[in-house]
Amino acid sequence: MQYVPNTLFVIALIAGLGFFAMNIRKIFRNINLGKSIDRTDNKSERWKNMIKIALGQSKMVKRPFSGFLHIVVYLGFVIINIEVLEIIIDGILGTHRIFQGFIGAGFYAFLIGTFEILAALVFIAVILFWTRRNIANIKRFLSSEMKGWPKMDGNIILYFEMVLMTLFLVMNATDAPFQNAGIGNPVSQFIAPLFDGFSLEALHVIERTAWWIHILGILVFLNYLFYSKHLHILLAFPNTFFANLNAKGQFNNLESVTKEVKLMMDPDADPYAAPLEGAEEEVPEKFGASDVLDLNKMQLLNAYTCTECGRCTSACPANLTGKKLSPRKIMMDTRDRLEEVGRNIDTNGGTFKDDGKQLLNDYISPEELWACTSCNACVEECPINIDPLSIIMDMRRYLVMEESAAPQELNAMMSNIENNGAPWQYNQQDRLNWANEE
Amino acid sequence: MIVPTMADMMAQGKQPEVLFWVGAAGSYDDRAKKISRAFVKILHEANVDFAVLGTEESSTGDAAKRAGNEFLFQMQAMMNIEVLNGYEVKKIVTCDPHSFNTFKNEYPSLGGKYEVFHHTQFIQNLISEGRLKINESALQGKRVTFHDPCYLGRGNDVYESPRDLIRRLGVNLTEMKRNKKTALCCGAGGAQMFKDAEAGDKEVNILRTEDALETKPDIIATGCPYCNTMMTDGIKFKEKEAEVVVKDIAELIAEANNL
Repeated sequence: MQYVPNTLFVIALIAGLGFFAMNIRKIFRNINLGKSIDRTDNKSERWKNMIKIALGQSKMVKRPFSGFLHIVVYLGFVIINIEVLEIIIDGILGTHRIFQGFIGAGFYAFLIGTFEILAALVFIAVILFWTRRNIANIKRFLSSEMKGWPKMDGNIILYFEMVLMTLFLVMNATDAPFQNAGIGNPVSQFIAPLFDGFSLEALHVIERTAWWIHILGILVFLNYLFYSKHLHILLAFPNTFFANLNAKGQFNNLESVTKEVKLMMDPDADPYAAPLEGAEEEVPEKFGASDVLDLNKMQLLNAYTCTECGRCTSACPANLTGKKLSPRKIMMDTRDRLEEVGRNIDTNGGTFKDDGKQLLNDYISPEELWACTSCNACVEECPINIDPLSIIMDMRRYLVMEESAAPQELNAMMSNIENNGAPWQYNQQDRLNWANEE
Repeated sequence: MIVPTMADMMAQGKQPEVLFWVGAAGSYDDRAKKISRAFVKILHEANVDFAVLGTEESSTGDAAKRAGNEFLFQMQAMMNIEVLNGYEVKKIVTCDPHSFNTFKNEYPSLGGKYEVFHHTQFIQNLISEGRLKINESALQGKRVTFHDPCYLGRGNDVYESPRDLIRRLGVNLTEMKRNKKTALCCGAGGAQMFKDAEAGDKEVNILRTEDALETKPDIIATGCPYCNTMMTDGIKFKEKEAEVVVKDIAELIAEANNL
């Protein structure tokens, strides 16, 4: 009987981590469905960005209040995890507060005391976050794409954190020897009186229960990540590392187009030339993106990384003036569709079976795409360098080059460029008239 | 106004120091033409040896690219590159941040490698080289707010050149609540200039004009012909034409120096 708790613990740990690993593999599989893109140049700049933006949260604090609260929760999360390490070792070995013996009572008390203060701060920050999401009428949390599951998802994450922090503090408050020692309990000493009059056995049962629910809760939360918007706590790191380093104004030049344009402009090229003997029949490449499989791996990683904070949308000129476009929705739709494609692959034995749906129209409407001013405000705002604009542009390219479905006025603009080298209908021979008009 | 063309220059066996890329707006749009002329006056004042392509200039393809027509963009780019490389152009200056961005960032991989300047950067260099002085008393005391063009600011991280020039005018530079990295678009980018906006509750240029009016400016300074149009329309919509003018920085300098 002695080893029953240890065994149960190890089973829970392996199940929790194993299930998590399985789901993470699925995410990698889905991201790798995207087209290759080389983002391995300039490594030192990339490391710097990751350290500054993901680890250092430098873009979060551009909005000081939510940025500060986020740093509290982030630091709490990272630092309190040292305690989780102890919990795991205790759980496996059947020990109690094993670190105490190694690092000395004084330092241990200092550590646990720090964790307790952080736990209390996290609890307060999370309450404020909840208030912002549910009571404070902050516009970016009330957009239409935040109705239903996304709103609930956000709240579930906050409830998880509230419960986990509470359990951690209750666990300490009901640990009679720990409380009796009287150090390292700056917060839990105020919770302990709630349990005055409980027998030592009862306290022990409560302490053990809190301990168990706390660690099981962490394992459940870890696995909840896969289903939630909360993956950013892991993916923010690769996302900032592999983010675009070029000037934001630079849009990629499609190489497939370059090939064709060069052929068109080359007077020596023979468009009717038969392909060389043995040369593979080239499958004509699709221009732009109509579905997630046309996007690149970074764009798909972006979609999984998005935590739906909505800073992009709150800075988007189209959204601010009541248009349908919301850069956050572009990212959410991309992820939703990618997950749908992933499930399709799972149920069809590893290959995607056409389901008659695509990202364009079924998720993102042309009206949203055409409302974009390509101003890069969304890209600038994103605290972890997600790029909704590149997806919008790739989908516009599909609309124009594959479907000829640009708005009528844009078609007129483009035929003017073709005919007279300007977006308006003026004679190219009049191009220098301005010099003589004064 | 003397505006030499590259063809003239070549005929005389000369190579100008810089090509002034006028752009479609600067060539054809009545409001933007004034900006082109103001900039040429500054170039003359500083004795810059420049030329334009004139009738050999064609759209950079920027608007086509942002609209999603990569084919048309690359066709335009390659035709322009052929012309520019034919004239052995090394330096380009333009008053249009969209052309600036396209030349600087999108032409190189297609074979067009040039040193590219926005006119505010170019004028700044003229001043630091001692070739141009800005009269700082003509506009003294005026309240000026600067609207960052997206493709100059966020697109290419150029925030200081225009502001430096404005300060040199001896005016009172006031910032809008959304400025530099967080500046709001005028509403023209991404080929929106050439189409009606999607259904919404407001036009983007009106919202941006409201940002500007909050600073109680005498002058809204711009560095892009499209922003200039959008802000001018916004001021008209708000019926503030009597109190507030929208001027490109080149126009302000030409005006201050009485060119």
